[in-house]
Amino acid sequence: MPIVNDNGFTDEATPAPLLSLAALESGGGDARCGLEVANDTDARDLASHFARVDLIAVTFPNFADGRGFSLARRLRALGYRGRLRAKGHVIADQYPMARACGFDEVEIDDSLAQRQPEPHWVSAAKRQGHALQARR
Amino acid sequence: MYRYDEFDDRFVRERVSQFRNQVERRLSGALTEDEFKPLRLQNGLYLQLHAYMLRVAVPYGTLDSRQMRQLAMIAERWDKGYGHFTTRQNIQYNWPKLADVPDILEALADVGMHAIQTSGNCIRNVTADHFAGAADDEIEDPRPTAEIVRQWSGGHPEFAFLPRKFKIAVTGSPNDRAVTKAHDIGLRMLRNSVGEPGYEVIVGGGMGRTPMVGKVIREFLPKAQLLPYLEAVLRVYNLHGRRDNKYKARIKILVHEAKLETIRAEVEDEFQRLLAEADGPTLALSPEEIARIEAYFAPPAFEKLPDADSDLDAALMADAAFRDWVETNVVGHRESGYRIVTVSLKPIGGAPGDASAEQMRTLADIAERYSLDELRVSHEQNIVLPHVRAADLPEVFACLQQADLATANIGLVSDIIACPGMDYCALATARSIPVAQEISKRFADPALAKDIGKLQIKISGCINACGHHHVGHIGILGLEKAGVESYQITLGGDATETTAIGERAGPGFAYDEVVPAIERLLDAYRALRLTDDETFLQAYRRLGAAPFKAALYPQAANGSRPAVPRTEAPRTEAPQTEAPVTTHGSQRKAAAAPGEYVFYHF
Repeated sequence: MPIVNDNGFTDEATPAPLLSLAALESGGGDARCGLEVANDTDARDLASHFARVDLIAVTFPNFADGRGFSLARRLRALGYRGRLRAKGHVIADQYPMARACGFDEVEIDDSLAQRQPEPHWVSAAKRQGHALQARR
Repeated sequence: MYRYDEFDDRFVRERVSQFRNQVERRLSGALTEDEFKPLRLQNGLYLQLHAYMLRVAVPYGTLDSRQMRQLAMIAERWDKGYGHFTTRQNIQYNWPKLADVPDILEALADVGMHAIQTSGNCIRNVTADHFAGAADDEIEDPRPTAEIVRQWSGGHPEFAFLPRKFKIAVTGSPNDRAVTKAHDIGLRMLRNSVGEPGYEVIVGGGMGRTPMVGKVIREFLPKAQLLPYLEAVLRVYNLHGRRDNKYKARIKILVHEAKLETIRAEVEDEFQRLLAEADGPTLALSPEEIARIEAYFAPPAFEKLPDADSDLDAALMADAAFRDWVETNVVGHRESGYRIVTVSLKPIGGAPGDASAEQMRTLADIAERYSLDELRVSHEQNIVLPHVRAADLPEVFACLQQADLATANIGLVSDIIACPGMDYCALATARSIPVAQEISKRFADPALAKDIGKLQIKISGCINACGHHHVGHIGILGLEKAGVESYQITLGGDATETTAIGERAGPGFAYDEVVPAIERLLDAYRALRLTDDETFLQAYRRLGAAPFKAALYPQAANGSRPAVPRTEAPRTEAPQTEAPVTTHGSQRKAAAAPGEYVFYHF
């Protein structure tokens, strides 16, 4: 399960166990942890947990489902400053979009990593900031 | 006109190289066909019935002569010597080879053009009034707004994988020539009570299988806040638009199902947050930024001219053909001594919207010499010369005549919008262009066309309604029933500021029954109108559908069963249980009717 960032594939471990929102809320306590959420989650429901969460992973069930991009934007707009990961079916061509929407990294499965190896992601990462919006 | 700066140039050049790379990665298997498809579509490349089709963006329909000449060159070098201007102010090439497409895109980039976001589930090429900057009824030029929207939406990272396509149109005139109420978002420029410029924002209009008239989501949006508001609408749509059924995925369905009030509140909430966002790039437009974009669209160097011209008057007196053409194809300009010329791409018996490379070059030459180097593509599939001196009209007419471009039929019965239909389109269920050609031939007599007067016939070859049939005064929708083409006629549609969805008149007609049906309809109209000045649409509104239905279905009106078709092909009537495909917007059901066709437009 490679993690992709601007430098390519990294084997850096996930900092904390990834919990679902339900597990996080029922678990109580204030131990630091990571959160994995579906792309139809309301960002406002997560805001109260930002302080104790080191990582939020937003799942992408299918690359053609762009909800995760808007969810990332909303999480950032609501003040989340921790690590933000797009996890699942994200293709290399979408990497610059993911970064522009506030994701720090992408987690893909091994078969996708085989089909779209590291150089594809590194070259995609270089396309960042080249949309027309970069003018502003 | 807008001129590309370094950002635009870099953006389109990189898209070309990115697309070359994507084609290679598709061939190597790095991208699956499913993954490649939206990337191909977002670069304007469709797979059609016989070949690939490349749809080139003409942002808000504006071209200069250099660009038009390049379009001609592309048609000659990589296609079959012609192009097709579309109902979204774009141009399509119907026969490019896949391997040539990156080179075509490169040639487009050379003149500041591209094919980006002309298809796919993204924000499509923005459209606007084709008379922008020339119309005498304009409050404000809509092109700077359209250009701002283009820059914001081009390659927008958040909105490239929306539930479905998203179309934005802008009008700067109260007389809506951009069909803003049939778009996902329509922007109508206006001033508030204290004279500040802004927009009325309309959301959730659309055609397709579920036609809807857009609703006002915000009565006044200050100009500077345009982008935060658009971003808020798109974010709410991206998060909440349906993804379980692509036929119900447009924002019109979301607005219909969730109710306008709910969507308005969600958008307002997001909008306020975007306005308040402290860090990150701000979307609000500074007066300097607005002025910078507006400067590109500063009026060209108009001469100070008297409005009357004795030579023109003499030419009008001397030449009846010229007089007829001026009467139909020329309208007033906001500057004294100038006129707006619409060049018909609807020669009698021709394919609506087609232009040969030679004709494109003629148009480019005329624009350069007589129209301050500007051309527009209209959504009615004609070409506009926006700034012609009245005194030059005789010469312009003569040049157009030589290129077979002088058909005097703008706004008349043969000025038909038609989608490509079965002749090209993989989604079509029936022929569309040949129906337009037959109608045009039947009403070729200029005296007859003039007597019928203002009339908009719009033809779609499938339920997706690319031919805008829902808003045609007479709409024709070609379907396929049990292996044969069947054409439904709708009446009373309206594409202007008084947008209305046409009402289905009754059972469908076989292919060769369409022209006789239109004939009966227009005979009835001419018999029923109060005066020669009462248009078809006015008569329809005054009288209602009944007398027109009676003309379409004379046997049914006499109490007998519908006629046995004279044709050899078996004619199948629409089953009685089938829900009407078109009704007036407010009663429109959101759910697709059972038995509706399962084709959709990418």
